[in-house]
Amino acid sequence: MTAPLLAEYRDPETLRRALARVKQDGHRALDAFTPYPLEDLDQELEISPSRIRYAMLAGGLTAAAFALGLQWYSALIAYPLNSGGRPLNSWQVFLLVPFEVGVFAAALCGVIAFLWSCGLPRLHHPLFEIGGFERATQDRFFLLAAAEHDEAAPGLRHVLEAAGAVVVTEVRPP
Amino acid sequence: MTSVLDPALPAPRRWIASERASDVEITQAIAEPLFAPAGRMWWIALLVSLAFALWFMGSIGWLFYQGIGIWGINSTTVWGVAIANYVWWIGIGNAGTLISAMLSLTRQQWRSSINRFAEAMTLFAVAIAGIMPIIHLGRPIYAYWLAPYPNTMALWPQWRSALVWDFWAIISYLLFSILFWYVSLIPDLATMRDRARNRAGQLLYGVFALGWRGSARHWSRLQTLHTTMAALGVPLVCSVHSIVGLDFAASLMPGWQESIFPPYFVVGAMYSGFAMVIVLALAIRWGFELQAIVTENHFEVIGRILLMASIVMGYSYATEWFMGWYGGEHSDRSLVGFEFSGSYAPLFWALLICNVALPQALWFPRVRRSLPALFVIAIAINIGMWLERILIIWNTLSHDYMPSLWRVFHFTFWDWSFLIAPLGFFAFLFLLFVRLVPAVSMFDMRQLAHREGAA
Repeated sequence: MTAPLLAEYRDPETLRRALARVKQDGHRALDAFTPYPLEDLDQELEISPSRIRYAMLAGGLTAAAFALGLQWYSALIAYPLNSGGRPLNSWQVFLLVPFEVGVFAAALCGVIAFLWSCGLPRLHHPLFEIGGFERATQDRFFLLAAAEHDEAAPGLRHVLEAAGAVVVTEVRPP
Repeated sequence: MTSVLDPALPAPRRWIASERASDVEITQAIAEPLFAPAGRMWWIALLVSLAFALWFMGSIGWLFYQGIGIWGINSTTVWGVAIANYVWWIGIGNAGTLISAMLSLTRQQWRSSINRFAEAMTLFAVAIAGIMPIIHLGRPIYAYWLAPYPNTMALWPQWRSALVWDFWAIISYLLFSILFWYVSLIPDLATMRDRARNRAGQLLYGVFALGWRGSARHWSRLQTLHTTMAALGVPLVCSVHSIVGLDFAASLMPGWQESIFPPYFVVGAMYSGFAMVIVLALAIRWGFELQAIVTENHFEVIGRILLMASIVMGYSYATEWFMGWYGGEHSDRSLVGFEFSGSYAPLFWALLICNVALPQALWFPRVRRSLPALFVIAIAINIGMWLERILIIWNTLSHDYMPSLWRVFHFTFWDWSFLIAPLGFFAFLFLLFVRLVPAVSMFDMRQLAHREGAA
């Protein structure tokens, strides 16, 4: 694979057309950078679905189980206290705290899994060196694509430009 | 300051009242005021609210020094303004996340204009709410005993106590709300980083943007995370205010021990929260000249939600009275009579007018489209909801089982302080928020503009 090319487009429709042409011509579309999420773009780019939700489920259930276990241990073993004749193991009301804690833990695990799967936080990135890339968070749509071998690289540049790119830049590894 | 997005009348599109709203224009309209110097009005508002914030801090200091006897509470009416404030503020605080999560799950596109500042409202309101039970403790210095930790006294929290449930509910909810708010803020922080013209702004926004670059892979992950958090957030919000309702319902007092309390508190929270959203939306729309983004149609639909909630509230009140009578308990029946004709009757009638009668004006489309009318109704609802919270406490405590113990609550200066000063503190935090963080979600608005065909 050669050094990837970054093409800048004015609107999402042009980006999608360019993406279709790039795939049609047998090049590899690596990623797209857009100021807001474009529907189904992840499928067009063949991005694997994330497993964030499994991390959230696991984290939430673990924290909830821990909270329930803590209550059980403290109310039955560490500090048994007869409160108005209620059973020591008042598991019905012991469910409230695990629910609250579990939801928060699930969210926290989700955020951590999200950052992990995105490779964030990463305060600097080679793409930030490219002039005009700051508009990826404002109003321009970028496509990152690479040719399979050196001979195909000019062809890819031509495809990107023919689709309406404002500018095509080669991204060199730092 | 000139408006970037010219508002057009009649609005050409449902949720964007402008002929054109390109990505650039939306970004400029929302982000640019944050880089410009703050106007005089902002400084005046900040200084005034700062005075209130200091008043609040001073009141807390005096309370810690002097004890809770400075309030109008007595040995019968043991709860007062602090507890009513707690319930009211956490009600306001519930609405932001509830609105954002519910509207997101039901794919209501108009949430884009309001979700960011509604969630900020949540954070500040929950933080203020969290202070209230602590200052109401006789010995606030021991507030940390609510947490389970290994200690030399070999003591553990009483897990059957509603106060312990509150502790976990508030902490979990506050932290969850911060995460939920921050996750949807990351892309906008990146926009701010890329627009910042000085080093300090680039560094500050850059660090909090975590290196976001709008990658399709990241967007996909972010949407998965946000939707899942929204799906978790709705039951969490309902559980938090249900637990607040259980503070009352888990007791044995007439007028409190009612199974209707948890859902009735959740609707009340949404009701007062939406009313507060109207007030804040009007302020932001006016202050940042965002008439094209927060449109009359937004206020119109919020007006409909308020109307629906006011009907549910009226139904809940009527259910309480009916069950009080139908249950046949003397103390319950006597309490309903006391509500309508006892010491606090004028306040009770005012509550019914504010929460049930006045919002019926929202049946008329003209009222829902009139911003002054909506403002008046929203303020009335917030007052009515606070009256509801304080009357739930006062009526029951002043009129419980033992007639010889009946006492009435009398407001002291410090009760007024704890009622009014937190409002100024909230305004202070909110004013800082609108200057530091985009008050409207820019990427959501860009997406909305493309869907509406305005871009």
